[in-house]
Amino acid sequence: MSEIVIKNLNKYYGKNHVIQDVSLNIDSQSFTVLVGPSGCGKSTILRMIAGLERINSGTISIDENIVNDLSPKDRNIAMVFQSYALYPHMTVYNNMAFGLKIEKLTKDEIDSRVYDAAKILQIEELLQRKPKQLSGGQRQRVAIGRAITRKPKVFLFDEPLSNLDAALRVQMRVELAKLHDQLDATMVYVTHDQTEAMTMADKIVVLDQGKISQSGSPLDLYHNPKNLFVGGFIGSPKMNFIKTKILKKSSQSISIDLLGQKSFILKKASTNLKTGDEVTLGIRPEHLKVSKDLKNSWKGKVFVVEKLGSGTFLYLEKEGEPLVVETDGDSKIKVGDTINVAFDQNKCHLFNSNKGLI
Amino acid sequence: MTFFNFIVYVVIGVSAVLSYFVLANWAHDYLVGKFSKKNLQDSIFRPWIFMAPALIILLVYLIYPVSETIRLSFFDNYGREFTGVSNYVWAMNDSDFRQSILNNFLWLIVVPTTCTFLGLTIATLADRVWWGVFAKTLIFMPMAISFVGASVIWKFVYEYRGAGNDQIGILNAIIVYFGGDPHAWIAIPFWNNFFLMVIMIWIQTGLAMVIFSAALRAIPEETLEAARIDGASEVRIFFYIIIPFLSETIVVIWTTITILVLKVFDIVLAMTNGQWGTEVLANLMFDWMFRGGGDSGRGSTIALFIMLGVIPIMIWNLRRFKMEQER
Repeated sequence: MSEIVIKNLNKYYGKNHVIQDVSLNIDSQSFTVLVGPSGCGKSTILRMIAGLERINSGTISIDENIVNDLSPKDRNIAMVFQSYALYPHMTVYNNMAFGLKIEKLTKDEIDSRVYDAAKILQIEELLQRKPKQLSGGQRQRVAIGRAITRKPKVFLFDEPLSNLDAALRVQMRVELAKLHDQLDATMVYVTHDQTEAMTMADKIVVLDQGKISQSGSPLDLYHNPKNLFVGGFIGSPKMNFIKTKILKKSSQSISIDLLGQKSFILKKASTNLKTGDEVTLGIRPEHLKVSKDLKNSWKGKVFVVEKLGSGTFLYLEKEGEPLVVETDGDSKIKVGDTINVAFDQNKCHLFNSNKGLI
Repeated sequence: MTFFNFIVYVVIGVSAVLSYFVLANWAHDYLVGKFSKKNLQDSIFRPWIFMAPALIILLVYLIYPVSETIRLSFFDNYGREFTGVSNYVWAMNDSDFRQSILNNFLWLIVVPTTCTFLGLTIATLADRVWWGVFAKTLIFMPMAISFVGASVIWKFVYEYRGAGNDQIGILNAIIVYFGGDPHAWIAIPFWNNFFLMVIMIWIQTGLAMVIFSAALRAIPEETLEAARIDGASEVRIFFYIIIPFLSETIVVIWTTITILVLKVFDIVLAMTNGQWGTEVLANLMFDWMFRGGGDSGRGSTIALFIMLGVIPIMIWNLRRFKMEQER
């Protein structure tokens, strides 16, 4: 069942059409991540779900009620902000109890809800402190705690981990995923970080310039990007793109020019391609192999070697952006070496000149 | 020519100050280097060289006047003969002095509170209407007018002409237009105090409003949104989120205006000169000190009472300042 249904949503800031006819279903109890570069409209969509931003046209329904004109408090949602947005003059306890006091719950009920949330987040010993006396990670826990105590149907997260340092971010990522399992709530999460999206999401919605570029499960987006943008956005380091031309096309396969060195045969054939068409070949660094195999391969000179221990990234000189190749961690390849790289035919993506997948 | 002179004086003054620091510092290094084996950086004398000008100015313009005022308050009207506490005994029994104390209290209660309240209210509301900037400009404008200038303006507002004559004061003109009787507003005991206070409120509300406006901008939008999602109404947000956010600003504005009010002088001098029960300490002090031959003893005594009123607020301010620094 869909918890949140967004239909033909539009938003204008003056003449800027920032959300363009977005439709989206968010399943009940799912963890949905809206991801995209800054300015793609992901936060705006979240804020419209929260009721903090007016909707110009289209509808948003939560739990089968259209909420367009409901105020945030009547939408049964809670939100966690990037800046935490704690109330600085209140103790942690009062921060978490503020919404409950407004709801006029009994003292016992408030107590039990706050302590339960504090226990889940392991901040029981911080309840009497003020936000100023907390570290960034602790503040973020309080902000999440404030959301939990209200027992909402939907949790909204607006880049909640962006202000934390790298180690803490990884830790909180795991805890948020755990929290999602514990609470069985619907969570909508906004981030610009594809790693966060890949690791936490049940469903990723990639946004680009106010439109949904593609949505699906993390692995679906990873293996089958529908266009150049999603291909480049998901995965790290990003997918290699090689601008090229179709040399020959038969009913079973097409052959393309591989950086001027060799022709290259792709099994996938498409009907609406002609010899001479300009296309972009996309392949992820992990699907390129350093090998002696000369079939479907390319020779290039290494100019940067990044050793990560678990793997090594080699940057090869080519026209435009360098070609990035992932190889094993103990690789002996040095800067200046010329190596032979084999392309995995089945992992190649071919995009047409409109940046769509062929 | 005068402009040229001005430049010359500025150059002479600035170079004198600079040469003091450079030369004194050089002399210090030379002497300390000669007589002490210790590191020059650790010298305990150097801070005093740099603080000396400030300390001397403080001494001459603050410490000396205060101690001299205290001394004079125990002497007769010419400051020649020691008279013990007789000036204080006089003050306690003087009806004008008692009236002044009472009026100062009245000012103290009404003006800072009203200014702070109005300033905050206007700053909050002005952000919500499109003509807010225009309204704020209008309210800020009186800040540019001196107290005496403002008093002249308000004297016209309160101006009284006998019944049957054309009223040139706007207040009386309006009242007469609606069929009322004109009053000599500033001569109505007790209430006239409030008519004078209006002038200071008129001037100081602008200050409060501008500072509150800036402080309101500093409140993070996300915090207010979080409160909205928590279900707080706008009124609740104002009292539970915004006011606590502004508490420091409120205290600063309130104390600034309180200190100003304790020293209120020009308005009373220009409007009533303390007649009809509007006397305040500063005006009374001025009266005794410089009028009718002058009585430095009584004048100084009254001045000390004003200082006595300001000191607690100053101490409190300094403490708060120190606490903020330590945080």
